[in-house]
Amino acid sequence: MVRRLFTARGAELIPQARMSGPMPWVIAIMVAMTVIALAAGLALGNAVSSAKAEIEGGVTIQILEPRADIRTAQARRAVDTIKTMPGIAGLRLVPQAELDALIEPWLGTGIGTATGSAIPVPALIDVRLKGPATPKALSAIEKALKPVAPSARVDAQSNWLKPVFDAMVSLQLLAIALVALLALALTAAVLLAARTALGTNRDTIEIVHLLGGTDSQVARVFQRSTGYDAAGGGAVGLALALVVILSLGRRFAGLGAGLVDNGALIWSDWLLLAVVPVLATLLAMITARLTVLHALRKML
Amino acid sequence: MTADGEIIHFDNVGLRYGTEREVLSDLSFTLFPGRFYFLTGASGAGKTSLLKLLYLAQRPSRGAIRMFGTDAITMPRSRLPQLRRRIGVVFQDFRLIPHLSAFDNVALPLRVAGHREEDLAGPVRDILDWVGLSDRIGARPPTLSGGEQQRVAIARAVIARPAMLVADEPTGNVDPDMSLKLIRLFEMLNRQGTTVVVATHDLDLLRKVPDSLIMRLDRGRLSDPTGALRYPPRKTP
Ligand SMILES: Nc1ncnc2c1ncn2[C@@H]1O[C@H](COP(=O)(O)OP(=O)(O)O)[C@@H](O)[C@H]1O
Ligand SMILES: [Mg+2]
Repeated sequence: MVRRLFTARGAELIPQARMSGPMPWVIAIMVAMTVIALAAGLALGNAVSSAKAEIEGGVTIQILEPRADIRTAQARRAVDTIKTMPGIAGLRLVPQAELDALIEPWLGTGIGTATGSAIPVPALIDVRLKGPATPKALSAIEKALKPVAPSARVDAQSNWLKPVFDAMVSLQLLAIALVALLALALTAAVLLAARTALGTNRDTIEIVHLLGGTDSQVARVFQRSTGYDAAGGGAVGLALALVVILSLGRRFAGLGAGLVDNGALIWSDWLLLAVVPVLATLLAMITARLTVLHALRKML
Repeated sequence: MTADGEIIHFDNVGLRYGTEREVLSDLSFTLFPGRFYFLTGASGAGKTSLLKLLYLAQRPSRGAIRMFGTDAITMPRSRLPQLRRRIGVVFQDFRLIPHLSAFDNVALPLRVAGHREEDLAGPVRDILDWVGLSDRIGARPPTLSGGEQQRVAIARAVIARPAMLVADEPTGNVDPDMSLKLIRLFEMLNRQGTTVVVATHDLDLLRKVPDSLIMRLDRGRLSDPTGALRYPPRKTP
């Protein structure tokens, strides 16, 4: 319908070739970078919130006692005490074999046999609270343990990971800032492209104007031509970004790192990523329209 | 004081480009519907400038202009397209759109005015046939000769049956035969009610339209040697 306004048999009022040029590529690159930055931000956000949920209620109790028999006894008594406390969702005494496996990468196997003495590894009790591990909850546990296991040290798991969380949140903010900057750069690029196209097509626009064309008729032609460019560029950009995201995702999955696994994108994230080129196209069309209308207003 | 049946009224109009001296001064005249006007004058006298005021490509620096009963100075910008659609223009430099075929160039005024595609093919072909370009219907302006381009420009100007036709040196690039043919086309439109204003420095042309009224520009000032402008005679049936 709109196409029919000025053309028949595919003839264009404003030639496509002139409007095209670098525009779709600039938009493709912008969209690709935006989608990647956004995906990184979303993945980090997911990782932070899922790790938080997992760790928030987590409390670690270490029994720091070199003598194995006393350590074992204190650990058993600590478990019994905590079990009776309110607000506990679960608890687990980490078995010795698991602890050995944990330190093995650092100290190697058979250390005990080699040195003739066992290395005093603290006993670990993993406690899961029903609520978050607030200082109040921690001190209640500490108080309860003092008489039965004096060598116990109580820590909220989130404390250990706070620097990691902070780093992830900073990265997330960085990603958001990048997305905002890229949107600005995209607008600027479209503005320049629209101006250039307006300049090269000024004669055509003037003629259409003098033949009784309205501002919005002319603007519509530009808007449409920019829209095609942006949509094409956006699709290419999205495809590029998806290739990058999927292959990066596979790499991270290969690492088997728990946090990154939890950073996988959920369906609403993918939807958001797919919206980026659509928004870029809309942005390009609106920018083109406003630029053209502004320039036309200066003509009689 | 609207004169009865006037189509254009200029009252003490002046035009200057930028800060230069006035290229048009003290223009006061009325154009009546259905008449055939010639605008003559030496090169640089201001013919094109006056026509630009007529086809709303330029605002005057001073004075009042009324067109089709509307004050052309104070009317809102949004009314311009409607007025322009009632005016057909043959530009001195043709101003065809280079990447559109002759057909699409001629169809442009109809498309701009919202005519349906199936309604415009016939008239566009007819008019191109009339100006002798039926075999160049798909050609783009850069591949046409000067005379052919001029005929496309004329076809585009008349295709929408404008109330007023404004032509700036429309016979400048065509041979005498075609020149006469084009003037006959203008006369035919004029007989159907179109007011015609043709700027030319070709005095032979004036004699070819016996009923025409003559305006003469001399360094931006208007004189009417026939007295036709001051006392517009009724159009003879
Ligand atoms: N766009 C313009 N800017 C400045 N001066 C102009 C412009 N157009 C025309 N002129 C000047 O106005 C005068 C009249 O020009 P024009 O109307 O083209 O005359 P004509 O059509 O009779 O040859 C000339 O002196 C010309 O140099
Ligand atoms: Mg001229």
